[in-house]
Amino acid sequence: MSSRLVVLFVPFVVIAAFWLMARYEARQRHDPTHKGYFERNGMLLGIMFIFLVSLWTLFLVALPYLYMVVESFHPTLRPLERGGPNDVLTLAQYESFFVAHTGEGMNKVHIGAFIFSILASIAVTALNFAICYPLAFYMAQSGTPQKVRLLMLALIVPYWVNEILRAFSLRLLLATKGLINNVMVAAGFIDTPIDFLGNNVGLYVGLSYAYLLVMIFPLYNAIESLDKNQIEAARDLGAPWWRIHKDVVIPYAKPGIASGCTMVFMLSAGSLAAPQFLGGPRTLWFTSVIYNFFFQNFNWARGSAYAFILLAACIALVMLMLRLFKISLGETIK
Amino acid sequence: MSAGVELDHVTVRFGEFTAVDDATLDIKGGEFFSFLGPSGCGKTTILRTVSGFLDPSEGTVRIGGKDMTGIGPNRRPTALIFQNLALFPLMTVTENITYGLRVQGIDKATRARKADELLNLIALPGQGNKQMSELSGGQKQRVAIARALAVQPQVLLLDEPLSALDLKLRQHMRNELRTIQRMVGITFIYITHDQGEALTMSDRIAVMNDGVIQQIGDGKAIYDEPATAFVASFVGENNPFAGMVAQANGSFALIETKFGRLRGRNPRGLKQGDKAILFVRPESAKLAPGSADTTFSSEVKSVAFEGNMTHVFLQGAGKKDITVTVGRHNGASIPERGSVATVSYDAELGLALPEGKMARE
Repeated sequence: MSSRLVVLFVPFVVIAAFWLMARYEARQRHDPTHKGYFERNGMLLGIMFIFLVSLWTLFLVALPYLYMVVESFHPTLRPLERGGPNDVLTLAQYESFFVAHTGEGMNKVHIGAFIFSILASIAVTALNFAICYPLAFYMAQSGTPQKVRLLMLALIVPYWVNEILRAFSLRLLLATKGLINNVMVAAGFIDTPIDFLGNNVGLYVGLSYAYLLVMIFPLYNAIESLDKNQIEAARDLGAPWWRIHKDVVIPYAKPGIASGCTMVFMLSAGSLAAPQFLGGPRTLWFTSVIYNFFFQNFNWARGSAYAFILLAACIALVMLMLRLFKISLGETIK
Repeated sequence: MSAGVELDHVTVRFGEFTAVDDATLDIKGGEFFSFLGPSGCGKTTILRTVSGFLDPSEGTVRIGGKDMTGIGPNRRPTALIFQNLALFPLMTVTENITYGLRVQGIDKATRARKADELLNLIALPGQGNKQMSELSGGQKQRVAIARALAVQPQVLLLDEPLSALDLKLRQHMRNELRTIQRMVGITFIYITHDQGEALTMSDRIAVMNDGVIQQIGDGKAIYDEPATAFVASFVGENNPFAGMVAQANGSFALIETKFGRLRGRNPRGLKQGDKAILFVRPESAKLAPGSADTTFSSEVKSVAFEGNMTHVFLQGAGKKDITVTVGRHNGASIPERGSVATVSYDAELGLALPEGKMARE
């Protein structure tokens, strides 16, 4: 039987496991007042809950990924060859990421795109943090309620505009003959227009703006619960403002910072629209590579292998950062 | 080193609201000075003005003779102990205590030595590595004191720091605070709404209400010689008899009240026809007839036996009962509920003051 079909049986195995767990719980009660799972919910509802939870976690969450994992270990085949004698498990797709097409040397183009995407995402995360931390601090600690509401509105309303429109309007602003260049040339600041898009300025601006809210709300939530007296106490003990942030606010808001940075990093590394529309002509974003495998080459096996390389790298990086800053994963989702 | 604190016609306004109205006072170096008043009276505003978190709308604050205008809280020789203590939860006891020194750039060895010294002072030796969450309420209290003392302030400001503690601990901490103050010898400015705290600890007390300083004096003066009706009714128990001055001669006045003409001292120079309130403290009244102008009668509403003393509550002129406190061994018989009791007091212990706002019950 094909390994692809095996995956389809996993849900039924898991539903059965849930069922057995529920039965086991009912049998294990030592406390006579304790009611088992089926006693509490009734047989019909009990089965329904198990079924729905299993359906949700398996068909919508686990199974699609599982299928892609399996796909990534298969060779690139024409539709007719699928399930045939050539359809064997292989590491070829992963290998193709590292080794050049010719079989000699490294796959410089894809590895280059991969490293650039990761580094640019780190830069976007850092830029976003630098923009959002002061804003979030102002909103959470020093702004008056009316001003904070107004600011909140100004932050949220632009997100009603869809991402593609937002990306293209940024293009209009940043293009060589765009508004910013025209104004700067007319004002005499520069002689020749600056190629913002070619230099990836557009990419960084677009990505930072796209995930601004994802950064600002975790920060805001974390800083908002900080007791104002702590800030005042530090100030009273002689701390200048930057020390108050370093010693009191940032350590306290660390889980929120981690949460915001993780999300922005993950989302920018995986984003597609902004890099495609705002990246320079020489810029190759790794998700575009993946996209092309799926939709241009119809090479799902290689596309999924690349996608998992990106996912694994991102998770590894985030875990490393969390370990480095001594934050547990649980804290970031508080 | 300790420094005095002077408030020179300090007024603090928040928009239309005047939180502190023309406060002038002179706190001497090394003094334990308390601001006593009900919540919202402006005492915390005064504290925040002295510490530098607020700027006075008018007037000046001087610490050690130096004008503090434009000097932020991080550069004033004061340290503040917050009502909720505001200890840093992510730091250890030692890190909390030495935070002010770390900010000043003092080296680690000196900081450690200072921390040990302060941990001994607050009776928590060897507990520097504990996390804040491992400490009890009283211990946190002491750490907050040590953290403030570590920066060697000339003035320590305390904003109701004992209010979160239970009664026993609060009484214990009162003594401890007083002891610490004597040991370090710096000026303490203490904010409280608890008159017991103010009376037991302070060298001098300023009683405040509605942003106005009502009276400044030591505990005995505040209790025995209240300057206004507010102070008389706020500090300790007191029985007010409202009325009009019928006659004023020498240092005494005769007040026409609902219980007849009653006599009391007249330190504020009330004149005939002035509206006045005569105050007689429960422990100054006795259940026996005296001379005609210091004796009145009323129905006994209830009796509360408290062991060392008994409170007898009599029908008053308004809603408030008249309280007479009878000591255990002064031989007086306690009247029955519903009977009419005759009460008298020593005219010296009756106090006639101009009518004014009284403390809310």
